[in-house]
Formats: sequence, C-alpha cells, structure tokens
Amino acid sequence: MPAKTDIGPPYFKDFMSDLVKKNYGQWLYHEIEKPGVMVHVAESGDKLWSVRVGGARLICTDRVRDYCELADEFCGGHFRFTSRHNVEFLVEDQAKLQPLIDKLTAKGYPIGGTGCSITSIVHTQGWVHCHTPATDASGVVKSVMDELIDYFKGMKLPAQLRIALACCLNMCGAVHCSDIAILGMHRLPPKVDPEKVPKMCEVPSTIGSCPTAAIKPDPKTKSVKVNGERCMYCGNCYTMCPAMPLADSENDGISLWVGGKVSSARTAPRFSKLAVPYLPNNPPRWPETVEAIKNIVEKYAAGAKRYERVGDWIERIGWEKFFEVTGIEFTDKHIDDFGEAGSYGITTLRRTTMFKFTSHIK
Amino acid sequence: MAESKTPLLDELEKGPWPSFVADIKMAAKRKATTMDLLNVLELSYKEKIVHWKHGGIVGVMGYGGGVVGRYVDQPDKFPGVENFHTIRVNQPAGWYYSSTAMRTLCDIWDKHGSGMTNFHGSTGDIILLGTNTDALQPCFDDLSEAGFDLGGSGSALRTPSTCAGPGRCEWACYDNLQVCYDLTQKYQMELHRPMWPYKFKMKFSGCPNDCVASVARSDMAFIGTWRDAIRVDAAAVKAYAAGELKANGGAHEEHVKLDIQKDVVDLCPTQCMSWDGDKLSINNAECNRCMHCINCMPRALRPGADQGCTILLGAKAPILNGALMSSVIIPFMPREKMTPVSDELAEFIENTWEFWDENAKFRERIGEMIERIGLRVYLKGMGIKAIPQMVKEPRSNPYFFWWPEELGLESNEEEDDD
Repeated sequence: MPAKTDIGPPYFKDFMSDLVKKNYGQWLYHEIEKPGVMVHVAESGDKLWSVRVGGARLICTDRVRDYCELADEFCGGHFRFTSRHNVEFLVEDQAKLQPLIDKLTAKGYPIGGTGCSITSIVHTQGWVHCHTPATDASGVVKSVMDELIDYFKGMKLPAQLRIALACCLNMCGAVHCSDIAILGMHRLPPKVDPEKVPKMCEVPSTIGSCPTAAIKPDPKTKSVKVNGERCMYCGNCYTMCPAMPLADSENDGISLWVGGKVSSARTAPRFSKLAVPYLPNNPPRWPETVEAIKNIVEKYAAGAKRYERVGDWIERIGWEKFFEVTGIEFTDKHIDDFGEAGSYGITTLRRTTMFKFTSHIK
Repeated sequence: MAESKTPLLDELEKGPWPSFVADIKMAAKRKATTMDLLNVLELSYKEKIVHWKHGGIVGVMGYGGGVVGRYVDQPDKFPGVENFHTIRVNQPAGWYYSSTAMRTLCDIWDKHGSGMTNFHGSTGDIILLGTNTDALQPCFDDLSEAGFDLGGSGSALRTPSTCAGPGRCEWACYDNLQVCYDLTQKYQMELHRPMWPYKFKMKFSGCPNDCVASVARSDMAFIGTWRDAIRVDAAAVKAYAAGELKANGGAHEEHVKLDIQKDVVDLCPTQCMSWDGDKLSINNAECNRCMHCINCMPRALRPGADQGCTILLGAKAPILNGALMSSVIIPFMPREKMTPVSDELAEFIENTWEFWDENAKFRERIGEMIERIGLRVYLKGMGIKAIPQMVKEPRSNPYFFWWPEELGLESNEEEDDD
C-alpha cells in the first residue's frame, strides 16, 4: 500500500505535557534563576522550569535517545529544541530540577545559553555534507565554543551575543544579522574542466544557472567559459555541473562580520558589517578564527555598556574606534563599492567631518 | 591498537563543548557505513576542500521535494557514502517533542539511514542526514505511517517555522504555534510540489524579540505585537526599583538591581516613559513596542491585551544583490484573524503568491522582485494602500512616476494582461 502523502507535521499539542496544555497562552512572567535555568510562571500559579543545554547541531540518534531518557527521568518525557540548536528540558516538579542539573553536568552537557551569554552557534553543514562550502561548519563551531564555553555557561556580557556561521555566501544560516557572523569565502571562480563539461553536464542549464550571466558557451571545446569579473562564487553552476568545482584548497577561508541583530529591542534589526575579510582555513582547530572572535568578544565585553549589543556598542564609539580598539586592520575591502554605480557605497561613505582621530591618521 | 584513520578529526573530540566527531563515531559503531562520513571529512580536513556533489533527481513518490541529493566525489574510496541524501522532516511547531515520538523517529532513521541528524536545519526541519537512494521510499513510508511528513525544498513553500510561543512564553501576541501548524496543513501542495519562481519562506515570531529571526530570514514574516497599552503591575515595578526582583529578567549573572531611570526610561527609543521614583508612566500612543522595558521587567510589564501581528515581506540571504530584511506590509492583523485562519489572511498570502508568480523572474525572491519593480507596483496589484508605516522615510530623489489614471489618461492595464 502506498504511503499517505500530505499529512503535514504532527500536531504540536500531541507532544506537550498536560501542564503546558493547561497553561497554554496563560503564562504570566518568567525569570532566569541562574545561567541556563529559566522558570515560567502561569496565571494559574503553575511553574515550569526549562534547563537549556548546548549541543552540536550534528548529532546521532544515540544522543537523541539519551535526551529522551533524561526527559523521561526528569520531565515526564517532554523536551524541546530552541531556534539555536539548544535542547531545553521542561521540568514540572521542582524536586527534580537539581537532580537533572547534576546528571547533565556529570554527563558533560554544558548548561547555559540564557540572558547575557553566548548561546549555541547557528550553523550550516560545511564540509560534512554541503557541495559549495568554503570552509567547514561543525569543526569551526566546536573550536570556537571550546574557547568561549565560559561565556555560554555564564551571563557576564553586557547583553546577549549571538554568533552564527555560514560556510559560503549563499548563507543557508542567514547569518547576516548576527552579533558576530563567521562566513566562508571563496576567492576564485569555479575551475572548468573543458573535457568533462560536455560529457557530464547539460551546457544550457549550466549557463542558465548563473545569476550574474558570467558563464558563456565555448564553441571550440563545447564546454563553457567563466567571466571571473562577474562571478560572485555562489556555486549555482557547480550544483548543475559537477565538472566546474568552486572550492579551492589554498584560497578558500573565513571572513568575520559584526554588529547585526534581529530583535527590535531599542534599535531596529541590523545587518552585520565586515570586520575581518579573510582568515585561512586551518583545520582541525582554526586557531586564527578562534583568536579573532575571542578578541572581538573581549573588547566588546570590556567596552560596552550594559544592554548594548555589539552593534549598539560600535555605533556609539564609531567604526574607526572599533578598528582601533580591536586592532583589526582596515582595508579597501571594507569600503562598500558593490552595486550599480556605487548605489550601495553611497550610503556607507562618511559625508561629514564628524570622525574621531585614531591611530589610522598618521 | 590500530592507528586512527582520522587523526585530524580526533582532535575535535577534545575540549569541553559537545563533539560532533564523537557522535559520528557513536553512530558508526552501529552502522559501519557511517564511518565513511567521517573518513570523507578527514580527507576534507587534510586537503582543505569539500568532497560532496549535488545532483541527480532523488525523492519519493508524489513529491517534488523534501530530499536533497548528495553524492561523494570519490565513490571508490568511500563506498559507504556513495550516495548519501538528506531527508527533511517537517518539525512540530515550536520544536516541542515527546520522548515517545522522538524514539519512533530514531527507530525509523536507524533502520533506514546513517543515524546522523540535525536538530534542526536552518529552515527549521528535522534533518535526517545521509541515506542511499533505495532507502528513501521505505523510509518515507515508515515516517508517514508514524505521523511524520517531509519538509520543503527547491522552488516551493519551505517548511514554516515558529518560536516557543504560547506553549511556554508570556510574550506570544498571537497563537503562532497554531497558525504555523494550520497554514502548513493548508498549503501542503505548495510545500511538497515546487512550482514557483524560487523558494518562499514563512516564519512566525510571537513578539518583536523575533526568536526565529523572521525579519532576517523569511519572505513573509509574522511578528506578534499589540495596539493598546502595556499592562503594568505597579507593585512589581516598585519591587524592581527596590532591588527585590532581578534586573533584565535575571539575564545578568550577579543579582543586578534595576535602575529604572537609567536602564529603562533613558534607553526607551521613543522616550515615551517617565519615572518619578514611585510611579512609572507610559505614553502608550508614542510607544513603538520595541520590547526593551518589558524585557527588563518581565514581572511588572506585559504586552497589551489587544494583540495581533505585523506582516512583513521580502527577507533573503545575499545572493544576488545583497541581503534584504523584510519590510512592513500589513501593520496589524488581529489575533482573531490568525487563528482560525481567516479569509483575509489566506487571501493576503495567496494573492501575494499569485502576484509574485506572475511578476517574478526565474529564481527571483519576492524581496528582489519588489526591489526591481517597486513596492508601489506590488501594493497596487494587491489593492493595498500605501501608509507611512511601510517606510523609514520618504524618498529624497525626484524620480517618481504617476499612474496614468491619476493624470486623467487611460489606464494601460489591459496591455499588461497580454
């Protein structure tokens, strides 16, 4: 018998506890009791504790079954995930809260990610399973979080700090509105194998796949040519045609972007802006990337006022000060000149004499 | 003991943060072929280059999406992952799970796949990472039998996703879990059978804190809001002022006393609040509902009771002309019109899709289309009146144009129908 189609997702209430269903839409307030532990109080007086645990995004079913066992033992079988790959164990019986925390700690699960912390890094697949990455995702994230774990387990920052990673500029992780974004960068156009293209690829659809019309037919070889000046390294052509790989061992790497946010609190959502144009791929631990991120976090922690997100802090002190304080080199890559007739750059050039003197002015 | 074949990745088993390498090894103990996932990755770590290819139409009967085809570029060396596709499974709204349902899902995936997963993918789906072509249909059959369905891929409605909502948050200004579920059920055809110019994402956040980043990540963003007064518990305000309650909902590690003047009133973006040391006054008509004061004092302040959501359009990641954030189209839709899904809501969604489908170029997201043709053309096509809430500021260049009928000329709309 054929499978039923179009049944849609399971109904979420079927997975909720009686207490959650009873107080659905009737929550009154919440408070973070300590890092990683929140209590939500309902109008009925009922309380629900959430214990937030950080994890890798790439996990095996054994791990998921372990979460299930913990949920069975302490949460009546109920748990959820956050939008940033954290697990939240939902505790209804206060007597079970500390035993759960003890057990999670004993098993090595990091508890935290609430309030003024760095919570888990939203990220993409990278070398594990994507076809156009300029860097790995899981390994970079693991290396960064190993270094920053105290910021996950504590709430010591002026405000929350959200890091995200996308392994190429297609940005499946939509990292473009993060306090700190880690973005894989290709720096060379795809390399066409003129012998393989006619055999492996449908040339018209390969040409059609290019969003900037940088690919033209090459009548001599029945292959294609790429106009390097138009290419923006999206990898769409490689999706259609495996004979024109984009990745490059020596030139691919990582860029860092800062100051974005999605919430509307105090200030409107903002895009992240370029801080570091290129850092080398240096597996397995990406020390240059880890160091650069740690530096930005520490300078932000020292310089920002309470409630200031990274972008709020930079806006207050000015970008020239940001580059001075962090010691990050400012280059011509930082000046926006993308778009027709500088339509983008026009909004980012400084058209006033209001700037601060920094070491950049000799 | 044999020498490890993955010395570089073994390094990532060290350190305090949970290790994905440990998890792949754990899965490989039960399923030998999964070890090749680690072996390919080790080669990538050595060569600093990817070894996966896209390609081939793979999927399940009756659907045009939900499976992402993946092949390794050296199948002779890594036969275990020669074809190693991703199955996207539509998550329950708000990512709430019971251990029973989750174990069922694990059983199915252990039977048919690699044992590796993502909780969750970037769009919000459960990602079952890696299985071969022959296993796709049997895996889907078992998923369907257990009450799970596939998510979206390609030029289709992508799996809608939403925040914790009224299940566990006092700030949800509409039933974002229910409307996410209802619309996902209503638009199964659009989700499973790609037929549009490009992808279309919908995300539902209960309040302007926007925990699912809908403003940055969805073509159509639904963000909860209210239009009456912030609800104030005056006694709790005093408790914050006295330091009896923790500032910022306890978001700071030490017990920080809230300075209502400095931390709340002075940081209010509209300066619509005042504090006389005893009473907090809010001029609600001037409030733009940014959430800052509520975030600071969750026990004293709550969103108003006349709730609903703002609908925005057009966010996307950078390819092609740079990233876009969504912008306001419908300033307020009352919560009663969200659940159950009203004709007004359904018509707005469907008319927007129809307009986009007719006007967009191939692979053009709706935000890019609006950028190209102008918001006014979309508004006119939809019969929506322009209001100042749609812009940050009016234009500063003189290059605007009048509709023919505004000049007493014959409308040229008939020509457009050709």
